[in-house]
Amino acid sequence: MSGRIAARFAQLKAEGRAGFVAFLTAGDPDHETSAAIVEGLPAAGADLIELGMPFSDPMADGPSIQASSLRALRAGASLRNTIELVRGFRNRNNETPVVLMGYFNPIFRYGVDAFIGDAVAAGIDGLIIVDLPPEEDEDLCLPALKAGLNFIRLAAPTTDETRLPRVLANTSGFVYYVSIRGITGAASPDIASVGESVARIKRHTVLPVAVGFGIRTPEQVADIAAVADAVVVGSAIVDVVANGLDANGKAGPSLVEEVLGLVRSLAAGVRNAPVERKAG
Amino acid sequence: MAEPNTYRAGPDDHGHFGMFGGRYVAETLMPLILELEKAYGAARKDPGFAAELDYYFRDYVGRPSPLYLAARLTARFGGAKVYLKRDELNHTGAHKINNCIGQILLARRMGKTRIIAETGAGQHGVAAATVAALFDLPCIVYMGEVDIARQEPNVFRMKLLGAEVRPVSSGSRTLKDAMNEALRDWVTNVEDTFYIIGTVAGPHPYPEMVRDFQSVIGREARAQMMEREGRLPDTLIACIGGGSNAMGLFHPFLDDPDVAMIGVEAGGKGVETDAHAASLAGGRPGVLHGNRTYLLQDGDGQILEAHSISAGLDYPGIGPEHSWLRDQGRVEYVSATDAEALEAFQLCSRLEGIIPALEPSHALAHVAKIAPGLAKDHIILMNMCGRGDKDIFTVADAIGVKL
Repeated sequence: MSGRIAARFAQLKAEGRAGFVAFLTAGDPDHETSAAIVEGLPAAGADLIELGMPFSDPMADGPSIQASSLRALRAGASLRNTIELVRGFRNRNNETPVVLMGYFNPIFRYGVDAFIGDAVAAGIDGLIIVDLPPEEDEDLCLPALKAGLNFIRLAAPTTDETRLPRVLANTSGFVYYVSIRGITGAASPDIASVGESVARIKRHTVLPVAVGFGIRTPEQVADIAAVADAVVVGSAIVDVVANGLDANGKAGPSLVEEVLGLVRSLAAGVRNAPVERKAG
Repeated sequence: MAEPNTYRAGPDDHGHFGMFGGRYVAETLMPLILELEKAYGAARKDPGFAAELDYYFRDYVGRPSPLYLAARLTARFGGAKVYLKRDELNHTGAHKINNCIGQILLARRMGKTRIIAETGAGQHGVAAATVAALFDLPCIVYMGEVDIARQEPNVFRMKLLGAEVRPVSSGSRTLKDAMNEALRDWVTNVEDTFYIIGTVAGPHPYPEMVRDFQSVIGREARAQMMEREGRLPDTLIACIGGGSNAMGLFHPFLDDPDVAMIGVEAGGKGVETDAHAASLAGGRPGVLHGNRTYLLQDGDGQILEAHSISAGLDYPGIGPEHSWLRDQGRVEYVSATDAEALEAFQLCSRLEGIIPALEPSHALAHVAKIAPGLAKDHIILMNMCGRGDKDIFTVADAIGVKL
């Protein structure tokens, strides 16, 4: 199993704080700009990087990530280019974990074995595939785990106590708790119930629990950081990409810096969290 | 591949038809999908549910729909005898109501209080809005902006029935995007909402459940044909978008080796162009909307926009059971173009006094191709799955008539 994720969470535990996970859609608004943003993420405070694999029909995503996915595809994004982007990043950074998030069809079309081989070779650490529940583990989850790729499962508010063990069974790296019933970037999560849910998941697993969906501000990041091992922000970041486009839809001169600026302020949230963190 | 001893046993316990089907949905929906599977499993074993379904089929939908010998079409083609299964005479004008009655009865059993649906041509949206009105449940129908523009009469019908029609402006603004948006609604409102999917696609158990509700078409046709001709038909023909009317007609005959079956996909401007909706002719296996099936997609696995003059067939996928039946070789799949469907639409109107929907006009276009070459004692049974009132603006526009 790729060790970067485990090493990063061990380091965070030693520092006594939660991690910050920055989500970007790979290739948004174009390959070079996207690579430049990713390059700058670790220094801006991202402890883990989550790269969206653009898909034409992102059923679980809200308008922000839908739009970013379409921008990337229009600019020529493909799964091959996403893997290349990570390969380039890995040449200069061997510590920050990179996980890919998206939908199964582009991987299926690429060929599962070829994809796993290329992903491992490029230094990708894990996969979050929205439309592959444990019921379909044979498609990708089991072969990915065998090849040493972490398969990070989503747990939802609807995942009850009886189902949770099944969801966690073939999960590795960390568990991604979906903090709301809904799509990415929608309603704000209720901190108290997120805390209860994270505690519930932790009774079933020793894996770290990251929380995402609907988290937009440094204050929310700090609140969630008090009850989880990592906090994911996506829609708010890709919104800055959207706002940084010029009239022709091309990246404006300050786009990279604006995105990294937001990441810095969000990442400060995990470093200023209230100290009532539970051990473990 | 070994021939199975039955074609009617699918799906397996995991919702697979061979390599197709399955449950490719977000975890938030998974517990609900399992609950639905359980509820449907219990309902289908309950004679009370069957009795309720029969009651609404008979007294509300108007079933059984007639089996009609299309004598003038038969004479014109000069070959095979052409029968039409008249599902266009159902309440709301298409086969879609069969499935909606079934699903809303199930929604009520499950205690759901809010209905959502997606629609392309608007026939499924109208049927969903109809049953929601009948059972006094709020109903939201997602419909692509392109389809709203070309199916105005059905949009107004849905509104009259009390449904809210939510325009979908993402992607190609047609049926696939309406389905994405309905799934997004569902994931947000899982507790109280029942999603009435309109075709034999989506995550298990939908393909099986919709097929079962639509199989009333094939069961009736079988009995009617035995009564009329004393034997089974030689060839079944139905149009295919997602494929629910075809699945409903075909399924009861799948284990009758002497009955040939042909599914007709929408060839748009030609399957050799990039403007068609023939997922089997021009697609490859992939995963979308909860199931693995043939999809129109590019080399990177991005879903392509479909094209058909018929909004109801304008979908880049097809139900997983059709994908399996095609790979098994049990059903033959062909296509008819926009132009061929338009011609069949006009021919049927003039010769039989039946204005067909553009969807079954594709099926009729194929009947017109093969019937002349078949013997006079060859019986073709075509599913006339919808009526064409909704299409008159599209057809007028296509043939250059200003209304």
